[in-house]
Amino acid sequence: MLQFLSQPWHWSVAGVLIGLTVPTLLLLGNRVFGISSNLRHICAACFPANIPFFKYDWKKEAWNLFFIGGAILGAVIAANFLKDPAPFQVAAATQRDLQALGVQDFSAMMPADLFGVDQIFTIKGLIFMVFGGFLIGFGTRYGGGCTSGHAISGLSNLQLPSLIATISFMAGGFLMTHFGLPLLFKLF
Amino acid sequence: MSQIVDTPPTIETNTDFEVRSLDEMCVNDSHLVEPWYHNIKYALIGILFGITFIKAEIVSWFRIQEMFRFQSFHMYGVIGVAVVVGAISIQIIKRFKIKTMYGEPIELHNKSFNKGQIYGGLLFGFGWAITGACPGPLFAQIGAGFLAVGVTLLSAIAGTWVYGYVRERLPH
Repeated sequence: MLQFLSQPWHWSVAGVLIGLTVPTLLLLGNRVFGISSNLRHICAACFPANIPFFKYDWKKEAWNLFFIGGAILGAVIAANFLKDPAPFQVAAATQRDLQALGVQDFSAMMPADLFGVDQIFTIKGLIFMVFGGFLIGFGTRYGGGCTSGHAISGLSNLQLPSLIATISFMAGGFLMTHFGLPLLFKLF
Repeated sequence: MSQIVDTPPTIETNTDFEVRSLDEMCVNDSHLVEPWYHNIKYALIGILFGITFIKAEIVSWFRIQEMFRFQSFHMYGVIGVAVVVGAISIQIIKRFKIKTMYGEPIELHNKSFNKGQIYGGLLFGFGWAITGACPGPLFAQIGAGFLAVGVTLLSAIAGTWVYGYVRERLPH
């Protein structure tokens, strides 16, 4: 059983489980699945700084912080107790493209030469962690949601604004992958 | 035990609701006043969610690169199936007027369009392709032991804060 669970899960299994999160949260207490809001709740809880956008009762949204806390714990469990012994697989074409850009490590889910702890204080860290992270936080709030809030919750509820947001962030991803990354990889 | 508040604050006088509805992620409120430990059930769902994120490798920078390069169907499969399952579930909830486990009617709010969904969406897409993470995987990557992603998360929190600071001056 443990061995079976330790293999990489098929996309259909993950899709069903993530899709079922939407009704589960609604049935448990009228909660809408959306993770990027947590970044706002953290700001509201820790550094509201009298900014109207952060002056609300974040404690009412504590459920979401519990949810994401659980997700971190789930990741710890999966990474330590459900570890797949087989080598990590990357699509051959992607590996070729990324090698051409300069990525060297394909042994784990994150390339160590970009996201290793030793990269934090380098120009790579500045680009891939600090700059990239800032765009996630700023963009998701400006857009009113992320993959969970717009692409999954919003599209599930047939919301046109969520479709527009989803198309926008997919477009942003394509642009960055095909035009931005080749430039960023020249910076180091 | 949870107690149902007999007179929930009305929308018109509750300014907190208005502030929260500035982005529509926070308006779907339960009117129940619950002790904190009722949130543990959300943590349990979160654990399952986190395991799924790791085991289906959704947190992998490489899976996101494969998606944006059209070189694997994996992520399209995950998101596509999730949307179909979510949509069918919501239709069932609406059709049969299913209530929450506490007997409250399930409220689903419509989102309204603003230009932020385009501008913000594009910016988030840039960040997604660079970091290989949307906000969920950002937390899960740290749990999976990629500790440097903690820097990415702090920067994402900073980005959210800066948005809050400048939002009045941005086109919406």
